[in-house]
Amino acid sequence: MALKIVKGSIDRMFDKNLQDLVRGIRNHKDDEAKYISTCIDEIKQELKQDNIAVKANAVCKLTYLQMLGYDVSWAAFNIVEVMSSSKFTYKRIGYLAASQCFHEGTDVIMLTTNQIRKDLSSPNQYDTGVALTGLSCFVTPDLARDLANDIMTLMSHTKPYIRKKAVLIMYKVFLKYPESLRPAFPRLKEKLEDPDPGVQSAAVNVICELARRNPKNYLSLAPLFFKLMTSSTNNWVLIKIIKLFGALTPLEPRLGKKLIEPLTNLIHSTSAMSLLYECVNTVIAVLISLSSGMPNHSASIQLCVQKLRILIEDSDQNLKYLGLLAMSKILKTHPKSVQSHKDLILQCLDDKDESIRLRALDLLYGMVSKKNLMEIVKKLMLHVDKAEGTTYRDELLTKIIDICSQSNFQYITNFEWYISILVELTRLEGTRHGHLIASQMLDVAIRVKAIRGFAVAQMATLLDNAHLLTGNTQRNGICEVLYAAAWICGEFSEHLEDPMQTLEAMLRPKVATLPGHIQAVYVQNAAKLFATVLRKHDGETESQAAQETSQLLIDRLPLFVQSANLEVQERASCILQLVKYIQKLQQKNVEVAEEVTALFAGELNPVAPKAQKKVPIPEGLDLDAWINEPPSESESEDEKPKAVFAKEEPKHSRSRHTEVDEKELARRREVRKQEQANNPFYIKASPSSQKVYDAPGVEHIPVVQIDLSVPLKVPGMPMSDQYLKLEVERRQKEKAERKKKEKKKKREKRGKERKADSGPESEEDITPAHQVDIVTEEMPENALPSDDDDKDPNDPHKALDIDLDKPLADSEKLPVRTHRPEALKSPAEDRDSESVPQETKKKSGKEKKKDKEKDRKRSKEEKKKKKKHKEVEEELLESQPEEAVQSEETKEAAAPPTSTSAEEVTAPSSAAAAVDTSSAAAPESEPDEPKDTEPEDTKSSKHKKKKQKKEKEEKEKKKKKRHHHHHQHHSDAGGEDSVQNGTVEEEEPLPPMSNYSLLAENSYIKMMKEDADQVYDIQGNHQDESKVVVSVIFENKSDSFLKSMEFNVLDSLNSKLQRPEGAGAHDSLTVPFQLPPGVSNEARFVFSVQSIIMPQKLKGTLTFIVKSDESSTHEKLDFKLHFTCTSYLITTPCYSDAYAKLLESGDLKGSSLRLEGINMPFHHLLARICFHHHFSVVERIDSCASMYSRSIQGHHVCLLVKTSDQTVSIDAKCDEPSLLGNVLDEIKQTFSKC
Amino acid sequence: MIKAILIFNNHGKPRLIRFYQYFAEDMQQQIIRETFHLVSKRDDNVCNFLEGGSLIGGSDYKLIYRHYATLYFVFCVDSSESELGILDLIQVFVETLDKCFENVCELDLIFHMDKVHYILQEVVMGGMVLETNMNEIVAQVELQNRMEKSEVRTFLNSFL
Repeated sequence: MALKIVKGSIDRMFDKNLQDLVRGIRNHKDDEAKYISTCIDEIKQELKQDNIAVKANAVCKLTYLQMLGYDVSWAAFNIVEVMSSSKFTYKRIGYLAASQCFHEGTDVIMLTTNQIRKDLSSPNQYDTGVALTGLSCFVTPDLARDLANDIMTLMSHTKPYIRKKAVLIMYKVFLKYPESLRPAFPRLKEKLEDPDPGVQSAAVNVICELARRNPKNYLSLAPLFFKLMTSSTNNWVLIKIIKLFGALTPLEPRLGKKLIEPLTNLIHSTSAMSLLYECVNTVIAVLISLSSGMPNHSASIQLCVQKLRILIEDSDQNLKYLGLLAMSKILKTHPKSVQSHKDLILQCLDDKDESIRLRALDLLYGMVSKKNLMEIVKKLMLHVDKAEGTTYRDELLTKIIDICSQSNFQYITNFEWYISILVELTRLEGTRHGHLIASQMLDVAIRVKAIRGFAVAQMATLLDNAHLLTGNTQRNGICEVLYAAAWICGEFSEHLEDPMQTLEAMLRPKVATLPGHIQAVYVQNAAKLFATVLRKHDGETESQAAQETSQLLIDRLPLFVQSANLEVQERASCILQLVKYIQKLQQKNVEVAEEVTALFAGELNPVAPKAQKKVPIPEGLDLDAWINEPPSESESEDEKPKAVFAKEEPKHSRSRHTEVDEKELARRREVRKQEQANNPFYIKASPSSQKVYDAPGVEHIPVVQIDLSVPLKVPGMPMSDQYLKLEVERRQKEKAERKKKEKKKKREKRGKERKADSGPESEEDITPAHQVDIVTEEMPENALPSDDDDKDPNDPHKALDIDLDKPLADSEKLPVRTHRPEALKSPAEDRDSESVPQETKKKSGKEKKKDKEKDRKRSKEEKKKKKKHKEVEEELLESQPEEAVQSEETKEAAAPPTSTSAEEVTAPSSAAAAVDTSSAAAPESEPDEPKDTEPEDTKSSKHKKKKQKKEKEEKEKKKKKRHHHHHQHHSDAGGEDSVQNGTVEEEEPLPPMSNYSLLAENSYIKMMKEDADQVYDIQGNHQDESKVVVSVIFENKSDSFLKSMEFNVLDSLNSKLQRPEGAGAHDSLTVPFQLPPGVSNEARFVFSVQSIIMPQKLKGTLTFIVKSDESSTHEKLDFKLHFTCTSYLITTPCYSDAYAKLLESGDLKGSSLRLEGINMPFHHLLARICFHHHFSVVERIDSCASMYSRSIQGHHVCLLVKTSDQTVSIDAKCDEPSLLGNVLDEIKQTFSKC
Repeated sequence: MIKAILIFNNHGKPRLIRFYQYFAEDMQQQIIRETFHLVSKRDDNVCNFLEGGSLIGGSDYKLIYRHYATLYFVFCVDSSESELGILDLIQVFVETLDKCFENVCELDLIFHMDKVHYILQEVVMGGMVLETNMNEIVAQVELQNRMEKSEVRTFLNSFL
């Protein structure tokens, strides 16, 4: 009995599952629709049942039907029911259905919020996973807002499976709810360094998507990505990062400089084609961004082009395609390097694959020169003849025109040739681009005065043979060329040999079958021709010819007067009456030619396409103001909005016209546009409107096929090939002449110098066939500067253009349901939320730094001004006690920087040098002392002081040339969260803006060292050996040439300069460049460090030869390289739970430190530790904070910092006691200078 | 970003469609038809990239496809994806199907569209690549299947 029930219910449940449905549909091929409709009825029945299994089965079937194109949105509620089943099996079916058919307009989505939240926090990871997957497909702004916080919590889930999904979905949340980006970003950034590669990859993915749209906001992440790039082995991640760098380099060329080397290495080493290709692509992007400043990258370009050639030559069509694609990017900036592969590219034009042919066509655009244009176009014309599909042929046609007309016909030397090419192109049947050819004809004929005679003759032939074009081409646009032909013949009719014949051709009855707008041009220009004929026969009394012409017009024009096209009819009847009148006068033997010609007198000048748009609006003219009193309301009763207004504000009706609101204006503009669009007499943008010719029904006109397989040769038409031959001959002749001349010259020089042959013909050598006078296009006077900002206002990514470096404000939190425990906050949030509310004005040092950075970027001019000012300040600094300087600077802050006189600007360089030497020789007293006694002043004074420090630094660098002014602030910006890089204690804690510090200098040369983010470890090879890269900038301060620079360091047991193989332990390294006067360059030296637990000091010497005009001397400069323990620490974010675990583990040994008499605000103190010693704040409660950092060899360093009164106590733990001791000493030293 | 994933056979019959941007059903069908039209007329020895599907995307988007026996796997992606990377991804996806179905053929896709979706969900999520490691994908799919089986078993046990 029980079994029967079970069997029954199972039967009922699964009476038709998905497989049965599919089978059924396959068995009902003939009446599929009918079968499916019965199935849908069954499904509806099933959905009514209470059994969730039955419902799920029904929903599953619906998902299948949805794929077949059936709208299943009516079952949305049932889908939600299935989604909320407690069983994973059904839940999954429900979410799948939802992800396939829910969208923002689905109203039941709002019912799902709580269900999804429940699933997200389910103990079963797959429930959570399924919910995340589903949500990623149908997230709405509401869902995003309500669930953002839950998802953010999941980003630190214990299971990597959930973490990676949560990270990915954040991108969708950002898109729908942009406000969530800033609060969630710190955690997203952390995930870039997640231990699980999948999560890391997801984070990279999301940030790349974000950065692609708004790259400038993500520049600060560049160092982090750089590190990932050099450490990751996952090709997917690498590809994404490398693509991202491609987007970032245009904004920051210095980043590109750093990228070239690792990318080149990857290109050489990787076996994955996908990675190789992306590397090449990014190198290209780098080269493009550098192309202005750095000329010496020909090696990289060569490498890229060479690799691409390999791709293009590959038999794999995919690689060939991509190779061509990338080649076209190089083309823009380095056309020369691509041009050398012309053979290969032309070969690709013959490829059987259309995608590849199209790509090759793109490349042709940049490969033409005056020399090869004709040859290339000839080849393309051959392809036009062979091309099978119209799309490809049309593409060829547009490309030919593009190539020829590019940069104002720059490469055309012979316009007769070009005109004949255009005429040949008219043979194409079925092309859509007739108007393109037409506009080219017009353009050339109008702008190249010298060609008019020839053009007119050609056009006349074209008109004469119009039947060949129009015969079977009613449907296509090729007859558009007749528009141009007729106009050119009419306008420049003085060049016509036989105007009478052309006139006759233009008035043939067949013309009446042409589209209306062309007929109109015919009629109008027939009148112009008429005038020409009259003038020709001017003076001859009783001219037979003139009267015949009039008669011809009178005979033929009535055909056009009957035209259905208004324009044609109007013009024809007007001209007909005119001619009739003239005929009368002629019969009375009255001279009329002059008057008739006067009708069409005057030269037409070409007008730039944007000229109209650029006419400036005269001052005081308000285009939206009423000219007359506004019409009374009753005038347009049929317009609803006005009626509404009348009701709403009847009293304001008078004053309204003066203060119309934006909306109203927009509406009026819309209405006006509408009116203009409907007004046939309103002159619209395009003169050759397609409207008339698109008349319905035209397509159905039966078309007579004419067999044109024999190349059409219009009688009397010169072929372009002919010109090609002529051109070649002409050039040879010219060349020969030139040679002769040269020889003459040589003879004149009596063969003193034997010159090499003139070599390959250069571009400039080719002179145009005839003097080409390209008339420039007219622009209105005082035209406005370009106004082309065509960004899509609907782009969802626009909302995500958010500055991520700004500190979070208190209000910027993800909405959290209040009765839930607040989610773990990321460290960044913690810090901000506590510092911000106290006093929003007070910003921590780091933030200020960032602000300042922004200031810096804001405008160069401003900066320069400031700099001048600073220079002045600098002098004050030297002569006055520090307090005074500060007050001085505060003043500066109060008043905007005023322009300084010229004398002040040119600060005596000797004084400047003095500063530098002093700062190099002995550590100056720390100028960074904040005045905490005046809290309200704190902000500005601290701010000032940073500036002051920076000034000093800048000053050092500035010298004569101010080379490094910009130098590092970018990669520094990368250090955002307190990655302030390895400062060398001796030389003062570095100012925030630069991590270059002076190493040593004398009167010839200055060495500056950059450290920190260059410090990295190679954990894979030796557990206990790390490599440190030190970048040193050498600047030549003298007026002499510096060469043979050799860099040497006395190795210690622990730290060794890495020398090339085979070199002795004491050999010096040659610096790979020479320095002309005033120039600086950067070299890198690698050191291997055994142990990092002790600070290191290395003595070194730089020797070089100073070469001036008369003498050369050997000089040397000693320096000391200082590696502090702090400089081995890397700022590493740490989560409070991980931190707690670390402390609990008991592996760490403790030590502590007490600092007395510290009177600075606590957050300043923390900022300083973060800043100078590379720590990050894990958590902060009142006056107590925990901080974390990690050494390059993986030592954990934890600090607990407490403050009370003026005493700061630091309890520290680390797995390496001596490292800890040294770090604490260095911290102490930092604060002892306060 | 991946905008859509389409699988259809040599006759243009859809076997799986997955749009990561909303299109109404009739539009979806039109896109499938157009894509099929574009893809099917290409020889097997031409390149696997196609530009100019006018219905999805526009100039920034590309169709990247692979043809396996009777099935076309078409991904519509924008320029942030690596072309060769996506080709590899299609390969990974197909190999995963092959592992999960044991010698996959068109019939498996026809009768188990839902399962194919579940596998795809482990590879691509919301238009972004989630996982490219085949073993990881197969492991997650199998764990979920096992969970489903255990649920069915407990369900049946409840009747007995």
